[in-house]
Amino acid sequence: MSNRILIVAEHDGAHLNASTAKCVTCAASIPQSEITVAVCAADAAAVAAQAAALQGVAHVISLEHPANAHLLAAVLAPQIAAIAGPFTHVLGPSTTFGKDLMPRVAALLDTAQISDIMAAESATRFRRPIYAGNAIVTVDVDSGSKVVGTVRMASFQPAASGGSAPIEKSAVSAEIPSHTRFVSVSAARSYRPDLQTATRVVSGGRALGSAESFQKTLYGLADKLGAAVGASRAAVDAGYAPNELQVGQTGKIIAPELYVAIGISGAIQHLTGIKDARTIVAINKDGEAPIFEVADIGLVGDLFQIIPELERLLG
Amino acid sequence: MKRILIGIKRVVDYNVRIRVKPDGSGVVTDGVKMSINPFDEIALEEALRIKERAAAEEVIVASIGPADCQQQLRTCLAMGADRALHVQAEGVVEPLVAARALLKLVEREQPFLVILGKQAIDDDNSQTGQMLAALWQRPQATFASKLELDGEKARVTREVDAGLETIEVDLPAVITTDLRLNEPRYVKLPDIMKAKKKPLETLTLAALGVEQRQRLKHTRFDPPPQRQKGVKVKDAAELVAALKSKGLL
Ligand SMILES: Cc1cc2nc3c(=O)[nH]c(=O)nc-3n(C[C@H](O)[C@H](O)[C@H](O)COP(=O)(O)OP(=O)(O)OC[C@H]3O[C@@H](n4cnc5c(N)ncnc54)[C@H](O)[C@@H]3O)c2cc1C
Ligand SMILES: Nc1ncnc2c1ncn2[C@@H]1O[C@H](COP(=O)(O)O)[C@@H](O)[C@H]1O
Repeated sequence: MSNRILIVAEHDGAHLNASTAKCVTCAASIPQSEITVAVCAADAAAVAAQAAALQGVAHVISLEHPANAHLLAAVLAPQIAAIAGPFTHVLGPSTTFGKDLMPRVAALLDTAQISDIMAAESATRFRRPIYAGNAIVTVDVDSGSKVVGTVRMASFQPAASGGSAPIEKSAVSAEIPSHTRFVSVSAARSYRPDLQTATRVVSGGRALGSAESFQKTLYGLADKLGAAVGASRAAVDAGYAPNELQVGQTGKIIAPELYVAIGISGAIQHLTGIKDARTIVAINKDGEAPIFEVADIGLVGDLFQIIPELERLLG
Repeated sequence: MKRILIGIKRVVDYNVRIRVKPDGSGVVTDGVKMSINPFDEIALEEALRIKERAAAEEVIVASIGPADCQQQLRTCLAMGADRALHVQAEGVVEPLVAARALLKLVEREQPFLVILGKQAIDDDNSQTGQMLAALWQRPQATFASKLELDGEKARVTREVDAGLETIEVDLPAVITTDLRLNEPRYVKLPDIMKAKKKPLETLTLAALGVEQRQRLKHTRFDPPPQRQKGVKVKDAAELVAALKSKGLL
């Protein structure tokens, strides 16, 4: 095999994130690839087993260290750089985890990074979006230099499970810095589907007017549809919705089957986040709103009348 | 002297509709409005507030790029930065080159804090801060929505996919800004006049000893696939019917 690809696993200590399975699909699209997944954790057993079960994965390396209890870029980067030697490609997901970590790895390896890979045309030629997705650039890397990249989540399906790769423990030899310390994470646990992987998403914008109205108007509809909830930047800035719900160029880039944009004007930065949605529905009282230029189904009207009616019809 | 260094990238304004050149050689940038990368404005605003609280003494802005970058640096001086460093460079400046140049400026100026944007909205790379932190062997706190300084440490709240994460870093450190860190101030007219007298030093990559290597070749630019124009429905009932006919309900 001429292309040895190392993927840095994203996980929460117990569960492998679906982003890793998407990286595997991207890696598998590189010709003649042999895929290794690295799991950095305090106790890697459970996550390593899930990585080993992904189809297409040939090896899993677990790097166990107490400092890996939280996935801090400054702590992980030297460990990944230390094992990267034999690999031609080092990939991570283009999630906040991978965006934080991978450039630090690239700099330690003295190599450039290709962010948001949407397609691998060969082992050295990739396509990625720039200018909020308004242009797609083809990037060539000199053959012979290591490729470090992040994988755009909306461009790849997760690899299926059913594999059984061997798991190998590797000693952490890199020096681990103590200058960066985890304090806390506040993640609103929700029974709703995860925004990044949901097949249906209902999103609200500035028009919702308040946090109460955002919840009252959108959450019932989302539940009827079994959808995740998203938001525009304006809705997040105004405090109607938490930051992790922001969809767009500088938020999450998603590719659901169904995206329902409610009271969202459709700024370029928002549209970047939903270009890969299969069907876009827009509900907006302004028939000239740019969201209608990308919507498959548009409904012009007052959301405060339409949404309750829609909920009633959905039973 | 307690200094903060800010990275300022000159980019196509966020309101401009980007078009790909018909021959696929790039995007149209001639005659297009250029601005300070919005995240860098947030970075500068944060530094100015820290200085206004007397937790820093000097705010330095730095930009690597062609002579035109000086326009954006002047705007930064008008916003309140104390001095500007322009590192002259034509052509593509990859994040690793920008990070190496910034490292040289860090070595020269010895800031206790470097604040960059989380991403430049032209190339959408989101790399430079992390690379600088790696090369400098210092902490990074990316995607910051809150920054609290506490002596030799900083506590930073970060916008991550799961929600908000708080980390503590020893200083000096590199911070990259997210949208909700602050709302940048507007430049006042008299300040534009005053800024003309503030120092703006010009350097070159060569003088800093940084090689302008381009490791990634941009061989072709394509417009993104266009979505088909859809249909309009007149009410909620028609919307439900349309969703059903697409097999979505
Ligand atoms: C650097 C940068 C990054 C950005 N990143 C993002 C990003 O990641 N994601 C993002 O979303 N934005 C982003 N933005 C912001 C973006 O430019 C827009 O400002 C934002 O998307 C607007 O949000 P909105 O559509 O909710 O609000 P508005 O543009 O104010 O639109 C509100 C819409 O609601 C409609 N409306 C009002 N009342 C009703 C009603 N009763 N019924 C039906 N419709 C109604 C109006 O007609 C209008 O179209 C970014 C901007 C910058 C500068
Ligand atoms: N040429 C440059 N000059 C100064 N700062 C830069 C330059 N390129 C990137 N930066 C800084 O690094 C941040 C992230 O840029 P990027 O990694 O290109 O997305 C920007 O928001 C700037 O703060």
